[in-house]
Amino acid sequence: MTSAAEPVLEVREVVKTYGGVHALKSVSLALVPGEVHCLVGENGSGKSTLIKVISGVEKPDSGTIVIDGRVHAHLTPNEAIRSGIQVIYQDFSLFPNLTAAENIAMLSELAERRALSSRKRIHAAAERVVTELGLRLDLDATVETLSVADRQLIAICRALVSDAKVLIMDEPTTALTHAEVQRLFVIVRRLQQRGVAIMFVSHKLDEVLQISQRVTVIRNGRLVESGEASGYTRRAIAKAMTGRDVGEERLVSDLAAETPVLLSVENLSRAGGFSDVSFALRAGEILGITGLLGSGRSEIAEAIFGIHPADTGTITVRGKQRKIRSIRDAVHAGIGYVPEDRLTQGLFLDVSIADNMVASSLDSYRTRSGLLDRRRVRRSIADLFARLRIQAPNVAAVVRSLSGGNAQRVVLAKWLDRRPLILVLNGPTVGVDIGSKEEIITILREQAAAGMGIIVISDDIPELVTSCHRILIAHDGRIVAELVGDEIDADEIQRRMAA
Amino acid sequence: MSAALSRLRGPNNEGMLVAVILVVVIAMSIASPAFFTAGTFFALVRSSMVPLIFALGVLLVLISGGIDVSFPAVAIFAAYTTVKLSVDGNLNPSPFLIFAIAMAIGAALGLFNGVVIARFRLPTLIVTLGTQSIFKGVLIAYIGSLYISASDLPRSVTQVSDAHLLDVTGGGYLHFLIIPVVVVALLVSAMLRWTVFGRSIYAIGGDTEAARRVGIRVVRTQVRLYVLVGALAAFGGVVYVILGRNANPQSILGTELDIIAAVVLGGASIFGGRGSVGGTVLGVVLVQLINNNLVVVGIPSTWQRAAVGVLLLAGVSAQALGAARARSRPVVVQKEVEA
Repeated sequence: MTSAAEPVLEVREVVKTYGGVHALKSVSLALVPGEVHCLVGENGSGKSTLIKVISGVEKPDSGTIVIDGRVHAHLTPNEAIRSGIQVIYQDFSLFPNLTAAENIAMLSELAERRALSSRKRIHAAAERVVTELGLRLDLDATVETLSVADRQLIAICRALVSDAKVLIMDEPTTALTHAEVQRLFVIVRRLQQRGVAIMFVSHKLDEVLQISQRVTVIRNGRLVESGEASGYTRRAIAKAMTGRDVGEERLVSDLAAETPVLLSVENLSRAGGFSDVSFALRAGEILGITGLLGSGRSEIAEAIFGIHPADTGTITVRGKQRKIRSIRDAVHAGIGYVPEDRLTQGLFLDVSIADNMVASSLDSYRTRSGLLDRRRVRRSIADLFARLRIQAPNVAAVVRSLSGGNAQRVVLAKWLDRRPLILVLNGPTVGVDIGSKEEIITILREQAAAGMGIIVISDDIPELVTSCHRILIAHDGRIVAELVGDEIDADEIQRRMAA
Repeated sequence: MSAALSRLRGPNNEGMLVAVILVVVIAMSIASPAFFTAGTFFALVRSSMVPLIFALGVLLVLISGGIDVSFPAVAIFAAYTTVKLSVDGNLNPSPFLIFAIAMAIGAALGLFNGVVIARFRLPTLIVTLGTQSIFKGVLIAYIGSLYISASDLPRSVTQVSDAHLLDVTGGGYLHFLIIPVVVVALLVSAMLRWTVFGRSIYAIGGDTEAARRVGIRVVRTQVRLYVLVGALAAFGGVVYVILGRNANPQSILGTELDIIAAVVLGGASIFGGRGSVGGTVLGVVLVQLINNNLVVVGIPSTWQRAAVGVLLLAGVSAQALGAARARSRPVVVQKEVEA
């Protein structure tokens, strides 16, 4: 230990079981003021359970939590808040219908047990935090009208309005672009200087190494490693998380020169979204499209799939020009789409994995009499379940119970069952841990090798570098660069994106 | 849409409602000279009083993210029981006492609703559908099923029935009870705006889980809310009895959808988190305006139901369109500013 400071928060030998399953097996760790402590682990490793125990939402079976020297066996959420522990949840937990100021300062009104609420006092309290952090926020705007990055800032301001000593950030960068993440880090460092102990949970190992002083890895509910961040590499952390070596090299098969063009897009434009976009996609190719938030990358994907059709331009599939005015048209043309927000757009959450998988392809299982061919449906489901290596007790499990990586595989399965010619994926590995990410990329490679054309929209640059044959960079609604083969390099992409 | 225009429209479409009401008033005045008179106005006020009180309760529940269909049962249960007690005991309690007893009964029934909803986290529609039947059944089976006419009502009640604030000879009158109704509306509005309780209701309606996480005591807030809503319903029930000069255990029941329609028309969201007292007043007035006056301008009364239905659909569509427009606003391409 380099720092001699007393820990502000200590977790001692915490054990938590859910119905006989050990979620946490005697985990101990300490947070020191002014230190950024990263907690990493795969989905289901026990990270969230640990956060819930610290914030008082879940009671541990045994073990204690020591805050500022006071020992707590049973912490309630209100006690945790009053002791200065603040959690910024992955979903931010903001009130979409209230103003930014109210979201920030409501907490302190509640903490002071006030009966009357004053708009002026709330505004002043919010204003104080915002200026202290040197931010620019429209405090009178309703949160639902603000961008994800602004919401993130509001969640941070809210956590700080009542003098937090410990700040836990649960995957704060998932929805942010590179530049926004850098801005967030500036704020994190500022907090650090003020002596706040920060626990940072993330899947993105580059970020972990950039921001933290200490790294703690948990796997299967057990603390496997903990040490100074300077002693770690991406690879070492990934290995500690998964227990095996995870390949992150660029692994791209060569495309034969004469492979046919599957999709060609010419001069596609949509007012307010993008303009004059042209590119071609060949069979077996994985094409990456990247850019900052607002660069038009998602809008291009949505136009190809007919969600928000383009105003002008042509889309040609296998040499035949197609009019894509709706999702139906796109599906008919052989295009599949895995949306950005898979939980709300791509899945029926309370329905079984099996039913989700065949939901969009039921038509193809019609028997001659117009009934469902149940035997063939069952066979497809079993095949997909095995092929995509979905980790669930069985195909009857509901999708809501799955981790991010597994839910994403169900969406993939749903589209693969339709056997599209072209599959467009928007942020296919957002919120997915490193092990699952690698497997999803492997699945995409397999599909491409079988002749499918794949477009990946993403701002996870390492992921694009490992898997794409070609990368297009969007900026201000235009394609500004195309990188092929050896030109594909993370730093180069970063530079071109911001240009 | 320009900023000035959207300000006029108000956060919950209030401006739009005012415009629609004006159009209806002007059209009716042109269609019938008998329309634009003090009498019509007083009748409108009188017929809006009870629906407005109920609507305030519905508004609170809608903002919190729920929906309550049990308020008519609570209202008549509380009002009829209070009157029945006074008649049977041969008492002549003061109007204040009548309101107080009825509201205590209403609060107790509301407490029942609240405890079931908040403790067991059950869907509000189903719970209130159930309790509505229970309250109705208990009222008829154990308290009374007989109509109590004006001559049998306690004197104190009928005295209030005749209390007029303003009398225009030949032109009708403005009822005294408008004063407490307006006061209640102002109180509810102030509560929603300026109390932590009121803001907590918006917060719970916006995101219940987030409310729990920031330390709002969701169960306690919900229970208090339903107690308050029960008392409000009872208040409306007593006003109904006073204005109608009779107490009938079968009355009020079945009006819930009209009231909910008026509140939604007034800009409250059925998904919670949104709504205002001002909008609710306008919604109630618009529905009553249509209900009362279609006949005056020569449209058969059979069209009343259809007209209210059309209004409701129009109101909800306007909201949905507004929301869609807000969502599909073109992406603002932000220039990245390095921190």
